[in-house]
Amino acid sequence: MRPHRSADLFILLMFGLLALFPFAESTFYTQLLTKIMIMAIFAMSLDLLVGYTGLVSFGHAAYFGLAGYALVLMSPQYESVSLWWSLPAAMSVCALFALITGMLVLRTRGIYFIMVTLAFAQMVFFVFHDTKFGGGSDGIFIYAKPTLVIGGFELLNLEKLNHLFYLVLIFMAAVYFLLRRVLASTFGRALLGIKENEHRMSALGFPTFRYKLASYVLSGALGGLAGYLAAIQYGFVNPEILSWHHSGTVLMMVIMGGMGTLYGPMVGAFAFVLLQELLSDQSLLGQVAKHWQLAMGIFVILVALYLPRGLAGLLSRKAKAEAAADA
Amino acid sequence: MRDAILRTEKLSKRFGGLTAVDTVSIDLYMGEVHAVIGPNGAGKSTLTNLLSGDLPPSSGAVLFEGKDIAGLRSDRISRLGIGRSYQKTNIFLPFTVFENCRLAAQSRTPHAWRVFNGAPGFSDINRLAEEAMATAGLTPRRDMVAAALSHGEQRQLEIAMCLATRPRVLLLDEPLAGMGPQESQDMVELIQRLAADHAIMLIEHDMDAVFAVAHKLTVMVNGEVLESGTPEEVRASPAVQTAYLGGEDLLDD
Repeated sequence: MRPHRSADLFILLMFGLLALFPFAESTFYTQLLTKIMIMAIFAMSLDLLVGYTGLVSFGHAAYFGLAGYALVLMSPQYESVSLWWSLPAAMSVCALFALITGMLVLRTRGIYFIMVTLAFAQMVFFVFHDTKFGGGSDGIFIYAKPTLVIGGFELLNLEKLNHLFYLVLIFMAAVYFLLRRVLASTFGRALLGIKENEHRMSALGFPTFRYKLASYVLSGALGGLAGYLAAIQYGFVNPEILSWHHSGTVLMMVIMGGMGTLYGPMVGAFAFVLLQELLSDQSLLGQVAKHWQLAMGIFVILVALYLPRGLAGLLSRKAKAEAAADA
Repeated sequence: MRDAILRTEKLSKRFGGLTAVDTVSIDLYMGEVHAVIGPNGAGKSTLTNLLSGDLPPSSGAVLFEGKDIAGLRSDRISRLGIGRSYQKTNIFLPFTVFENCRLAAQSRTPHAWRVFNGAPGFSDINRLAEEAMATAGLTPRRDMVAAALSHGEQRQLEIAMCLATRPRVLLLDEPLAGMGPQESQDMVELIQRLAADHAIMLIEHDMDAVFAVAHKLTVMVNGEVLESGTPEEVRASPAVQTAYLGGEDLLDD
């Protein structure tokens, strides 16, 4: 169960390459990569639940959306809000929501857990969809992006694409290494034990409910980080980001990429979004591009059939071998 | 007379119309192996589940050091110092032997909630795990994945994990099930060694093993206690003789 060394090198290399990307000065691709990295953060936060705690949540979009709406509602109209307090505040909203709903959903198991997480996410969706304070079904704009200022010095100007790109990249790396650290701890080992055999963990004296709740809250807060960053990038939020499609998309990224690996879901986010871009490119595929979801579906089925460990399993067989030797 | 560390008073468990455990009173003492025997369906495993908190009792009391613990959740009961092994091997198959034991030991330490310190860095946890492995005779298998162990070794691991939680009471549910002669012999010796500083409740069908290690015997039939006493008393009991068709099965099994 030790961290995979070759995977680590690979990840560092990728982070390094990504850091060079803005020098290519491609607005389109800088935006696309920013979007992908945000989804990678989102997918990693879900992997903590699905891949490491054995909890398949089908309502993760709730956190993404809640944090986005939190940012918008905290921002005064036409004025910027400071990232220093709005980000922790948005993540706290998510953590609180996870804490309260977690007390209920974590009493259910298996298929019921999936249903109840979905139900809570749908409740949040309809709260924002059917009431006016979040702009209803049209959503709501953020006119000024949050500021990052230390002692009068502007660290990053998030109106600039490259600055946002680097902020997201830094957060993605931070989330990866934070989760790696947490999962290597005694707490993380307990989560793995719970995923493997919760009954036995109880018999050994672990209060498993509290462990699961802690994992659920951390996952929700990190999911909120992704939603907060997305709200900055798009400059508006609408109920779509709370929809069950969005929960399904991130779940597919985790499973397709390889759950329980952290880097897998990152790979999944890249593969999913890039493939979506490719398959829906009309200049490339003409009329077929309209039916990109069909092709995407086939791809997902192929991965599920032939790569049970996801794309991560394909990328680093070596890491798997190391993991088996270390475990 | 010494106080029992764990005792039940008229403990019962009903599943709908079926009374699986019927007003059972049993005492466990430190330094003693108390074997519970009886035919399949007698309620032995259900009794274990009531003591370990896997099932809540319908009525009656479970007293641990004089305090009623009936109905507490299994993790609380485990932390009080009552460990159990399972009839059906219940281990973490993808983890190594050491990691299984380390995880068990971890449940006893205040470090369990440390989020940033790498798990392998806690020497006290590692020491507990190593000790438990050594006691159960698994040190040579330390780095093997549990799934790759033989059936007998998995049974040993089951006990080692239990020991790593430093229990004072051990509830062993058929530790010899499916073991070969040599493995059985080793397990019997292990139970004898553990008896010195634990109170052990042993559920077992292997009568040779039971009579080799038990200080006390309780015979259960249909959820009720048929007879309880020293092995000699139980062997001589007319009720037991009748239940076991002249004692043949009981002694020779």
